[in-house]
Amino acid sequence: MIRKILLLTIIIILPVRTYALIEVDITRGNLDPLPLAVSPLSIDDKSKKSFEKIINIENIGSEISIIVENNLKTSGLFNPLSKDAFLQAPDIANLKPRFEDWSLIKAQALITGKVSYINEKLRVEFRLWDVLAAKEMMALAFTTVPSNWRRVGHIISDKIYERLTGEKGYFDTRIIYVAEEGPKTQRIKKLAIMDQDGFNNKFLTLGNELVLTPRFNPTSQMVTYLSYFRNLPRVYLLDIETGTQEVVGDFPGMTFAPRFSPNGKKIIMSFAKDGKSDIYTMDLENRVVERITNHPSIDTSPSYSPDGKYICFNSDRSGYQQIYVMKSDGSNLKRISFGKGLYGTPVWSPRGDLIAFTKLHKGKFYIGVMRVDGSGERLLTENFYQEAPSWSPNGRVLIFYRETKTNAKGEGFSAKLWSIDLTGYNERLVETPTDASDPSWSSLLSK
Amino acid sequence: MNRSIIISSALHLVLILITAMSLPFLSKKPINLPPIVSVELIQITKKTNIPFAPKAKKIIEKAKEKEKKLVSEQAPPKKVKKKKPDAIPLPDEITKKVEKIKEEKQNPEKIDNEVKQVSEFEKKELFDPSNIAALIDKSKTETSEKIKKSNKITQDQENNLENIGLSLSEEDALKAQIFGCWSIPLGLPYNENLLVRIKLQLDPDGSVTKSEILDHARMNKPGQAFYKVLAESALRAVKLCQPLRVPSSGYERWRELQLNFDAREMLEG
Repeated sequence: MIRKILLLTIIIILPVRTYALIEVDITRGNLDPLPLAVSPLSIDDKSKKSFEKIINIENIGSEISIIVENNLKTSGLFNPLSKDAFLQAPDIANLKPRFEDWSLIKAQALITGKVSYINEKLRVEFRLWDVLAAKEMMALAFTTVPSNWRRVGHIISDKIYERLTGEKGYFDTRIIYVAEEGPKTQRIKKLAIMDQDGFNNKFLTLGNELVLTPRFNPTSQMVTYLSYFRNLPRVYLLDIETGTQEVVGDFPGMTFAPRFSPNGKKIIMSFAKDGKSDIYTMDLENRVVERITNHPSIDTSPSYSPDGKYICFNSDRSGYQQIYVMKSDGSNLKRISFGKGLYGTPVWSPRGDLIAFTKLHKGKFYIGVMRVDGSGERLLTENFYQEAPSWSPNGRVLIFYRETKTNAKGEGFSAKLWSIDLTGYNERLVETPTDASDPSWSSLLSK
Repeated sequence: MNRSIIISSALHLVLILITAMSLPFLSKKPINLPPIVSVELIQITKKTNIPFAPKAKKIIEKAKEKEKKLVSEQAPPKKVKKKKPDAIPLPDEITKKVEKIKEEKQNPEKIDNEVKQVSEFEKKELFDPSNIAALIDKSKTETSEKIKKSNKITQDQENNLENIGLSLSEEDALKAQIFGCWSIPLGLPYNENLLVRIKLQLDPDGSVTKSEILDHARMNKPGQAFYKVLAESALRAVKLCQPLRVPSSGYERWRELQLNFDAREMLEG
């Protein structure tokens, strides 16, 4: 018996004495973008000539790799290394890269690939390699019509982004915005759409009527926007593929600030009458209209949470414009913004964790984010005039527009699209052929 | 019934004792410490271990023999101490016998003192430089033996050092190196519990012979994409940093090393 007790005691005491393994906590690292190498996709001469004939591009392999490189670079998370430093030819690198050569130029990841022309189709294979571990991380192949080559580049970028960051990418997306031309007093505003990287720009309206606040349907290629109909602002629907458009509902006043519900089946918007405005929804299938708020103040800019259970909006019911959250039926209304200044254009992140907003304080405009309970407010960027943030589909990047000050003669005015990621460091100008405002980011085209 | 209660209470007592010994920090309130001044703990054995001359060895052996003799001289009186009355004395005799025993005890003790004095005197005579070397030598052979045995759990000093881990400056050097190699995946969410523990096996020069993710099962689970990304970045950091900046001595201490990669602090700020 005593022996047993002794044994037990020893067994209990033993682990106390065996913590000899040294532990070192690594809580810091460098926040530099990950250095990686995007080797040009290799292509054989025959395919090269075929593509040159069809889409008039000399070397489609290197063009696709440039798309991938630019996408990864603009994300701010990766640092594609200069191709001049590459030691290995694309065709050999794709088969079996010499990892020493790539780690020599400090690349931690390598992207290789091959393009070929098979049965009048474009076939792209690509591989992602972990240079330091000397192993393949991912390999995929796509086949599509040759004219789709830019999208192939975006899809490859998304796959790489997802594999290296753990979250979905946002490169195979489009942005709809209001293209502006002419002097400030006589602006011509047209709806325009482009790829997320600024290519394939296309105007959707002629510019006869003023258009504002276009918003993408999160589930399809439909857009809702505000345009003037008999000198009254009204909410419209536009199908990008077919070009058909229609007025949403027949309201006896003006409707504005439209946005789709997360499932794309409803439109939520403001309806103004008799000096006050309230929030309404309309079911697109049966056209049933529902009133959500009823208050003598101005309630506008509604935006659904991604699960559709809540709505955030801004209201001046407290005397100043602030952000409120309520359940989707209008109950449980709660103010969430309490900082100094005015808060507007709240937009719920597709990830559900944050609400982006525009803030006006002491004559400056800020784009910021806060948690859905109003805590953790962070201002990402400050400027003379900027507003209307719109989330990338993965909830990591915001696109918004910024206007510059005009001088005494009314010159020098411009409106441009800008993007910034959640860290607040990676701010970039999004190139557009004309001035631009009111951007809205689509969901991923390929799912 | 009673027996099991006794066993149970004994075991509980043992448990309480262990908790009291191993978890005292829980009861203590955090103290406002002054700024840390890093102090390096250097193992001086190598530097102080002067190789001794062969002549010294003989003297040492002689000294050892003398010590043994002294011990043997001391030994007999000690035996006297253990003498105990065999039979239970009658009440009348008790006091007498106790007195006798006391007397018997007292006498040897006196002798003992004398012996001790003598021995101390002798020691003073023996106190010469070569003898120091001898003493150090003794400690050296002991430590070397202990190093060989260090896999066994003993409570000697060498092992205590092992438990202490790396000194602050050693740890700082290693941390600073890995901080530089680790490209934190910036897209990770800051609000998720993402801690990657990697166990390394190192060569004496700091190169990694084996790196193993301790929660490896989590890597390939669906919905753990962020964990996988973090784990891969941590492995890359270790690969990139090779050879690690490890202390120049005490290989046994850091032959195995665990690195805990935690990016939360960086991602929040």
